Amino acid sequence: MGFVDLLQSIIPPALFFSAPLIFTALGGVFSERSGVVNIGLEGLMIMGAFVGIVFNLTFADVFGAWTPWVSIIVATIVGAIFSIIHAVASVSFRANQVVSGVAVNFLALGLGVFLTKQFYGKGQTDMVSEPFYTTNIPLLANIPIIGPIFFQNIYVSSYLAIVLAFVAWYVLYKTPFGLRLRAVGEHPMAADTNGINVSRMRYIAVIISGALGGLGGSVFALTIALNFSHATIVGQGFMALAAVIFGKWHPLGAMGAALFFGFAQSLSVIGGGIPLLADVPQVYLLIAPYVLTILALAGFIGRAEAPRANGEPYIKGSR
Amino acid sequence: MTSNKMFNILVPLISIFIGLFAGAIIMLVFGYNPIEGYVALWHGAFGDLYFIGETIRQATPYILTGLAVAFAFRAGLFNIGAEGQVFVGWIAAVWIGTTMDAPMYIHLPVAIIVAAVAGALWGFIPGLLKARLGVHEVIVTIMLNYVALYSSNAIVRTVLSNNEDRTENVAPSASLASDWLQELTYFSRMHYGILIALFAAVIMWFIIERTTIGYELKSVGYNKHASKYAGMSVKRNIILAMVISGAFAGLAGSMEGLGTFQHMTTQSGFTNLGFDGIAVALLGANTALGVVLAALLFGALKVGALNMPTESGVPNELVDIIIALIIFSVASSYIIRLLILRFKKEGK
Repeated sequence: MGFVDLLQSIIPPALFFSAPLIFTALGGVFSERSGVVNIGLEGLMIMGAFVGIVFNLTFADVFGAWTPWVSIIVATIVGAIFSIIHAVASVSFRANQVVSGVAVNFLALGLGVFLTKQFYGKGQTDMVSEPFYTTNIPLLANIPIIGPIFFQNIYVSSYLAIVLAFVAWYVLYKTPFGLRLRAVGEHPMAADTNGINVSRMRYIAVIISGALGGLGGSVFALTIALNFSHATIVGQGFMALAAVIFGKWHPLGAMGAALFFGFAQSLSVIGGGIPLLADVPQVYLLIAPYVLTILALAGFIGRAEAPRANGEPYIKGSR
Repeated sequence: MTSNKMFNILVPLISIFIGLFAGAIIMLVFGYNPIEGYVALWHGAFGDLYFIGETIRQATPYILTGLAVAFAFRAGLFNIGAEGQVFVGWIAAVWIGTTMDAPMYIHLPVAIIVAAVAGALWGFIPGLLKARLGVHEVIVTIMLNYVALYSSNAIVRTVLSNNEDRTENVAPSASLASDWLQELTYFSRMHYGILIALFAAVIMWFIIERTTIGYELKSVGYNKHASKYAGMSVKRNIILAMVISGAFAGLAGSMEGLGTFQHMTTQSGFTNLGFDGIAVALLGANTALGVVLAALLFGALKVGALNMPTESGVPNELVDIIIALIIFSVASSYIIRLLILRFKKEGK
């Protein structure tokens, strides 16, 4: 197997597995940058996956080939609305943000499966008829060597995710809005003194994370899982959270980490076909992202500081 | 007088009420009769001796994971890793139970202790990282959950079986199963583990309330800096708290391995025993007695829910929604306290 062939068999599936992680991790970056820990990413993805699948199944006849696109938009909106629960609990009600996140995960799974049984009379949905399909990207696919590796048989959603990471970076680091959002996460009292509405900023950040989490979940459902059940999203959200931390709370870092995790996940699927990896027991590939995250946190790969006020409810007047 | 103690009892009660009330509304919205639904739930949890046995069986690991989370909480730590610690405890107990050969009075205790040690080890890692390097324990424990899940699956497949999805049953000399308890409860899967769980609750109460270690742990939980100035070793206490917490969760794993299932299967996802333990600890206000009561409630809800689809047509996932709402309510206790206080003032 030549090197180019090798890349051709590794990179498309890596991109394919990364896309949902990138979307969701970007959501995590927004939320945590504003100082709200979001363990609920898993739940937001579950919600997104559920809505994406149900909408797709219901409206496949109406929207035809556009169905997956409309589905992910609807899932994004529902994810945003669903995340308001986390925002209310952790910003207004001063709940422990980790606990609230855990509850979001519970609620999403409970609601998702409850409603699935309600709508379809069984614990899992049928396969969708209008998932995302791989395409060749026009023009770029014809470039020699690079074209077949990066632009043939690829999901457009993967590139959407990468583009969005750059957009998120621009928003967070180059706009006044981003500056305020980060200020709220670093030193809410200082931000408050400067006339920034801390609660509102945090609400917006959590809602953005809900939207992106819903988007990530629906993309996962419509490219990888293709149906919804209690086992559709198992750990994807937590892996996205790991990407946030691995990427040092930076959009591009999170994207890089998500790409890496996607790569690791794809290895456990395609590993058998790659000579060097065929003999490595699958379990090592499965646990690699998690072990690496722990090592990264322990400082072996370079220390990262979390936003300073991450996890602390802001109470006016206290210091 | 609105003392803290009163809130500690009122907040959980109000939270349970909110959860059940919301569940009733959801049933109404979807065209079910909430009374029928809850009657089915009650029958499924306490309807006859079999269901009572199953409720206690389900509550047994909940008590232990609840204690694990609560114990860490008391020291100001958040152990989200009970889930993974359950896995390592489970696999360790089954490992000893299937491969060792010894009389019961040695075999069973060794299997249980090894499970606790395995859990303790799994708690030691985040404890050490937190104490030495300041790494947040929440993230490390989440990551370790997955490491435990995939590793124990691999161990079941490659070490404890010949590429199959389940291990053999543990030897009778390592089993917690009890003919007596089973016959008493119309052959439910209730086992002697409940005694261990209750004993663990007593131990937790004793450590926290009656020993110097417990005093130091609580002190570190309240204020790290003050404890340091008072001459306590914050680092040692953090590690110790996570180790003991992990040991409780490891014990919960042995309940499944030696009691309920008698073997281990590969799992596609989490058992949720650890995550439910968070809910149990919160509802139990992080006290030993509270945890036992909350574990019984959640055990009843989970087991009772299984009866809901057959008797009233309500999907059993309704209970997961109810539990989630209970957690939200307990977590938002600040607003509940505020409302109680306002209500009191207006009453005067």
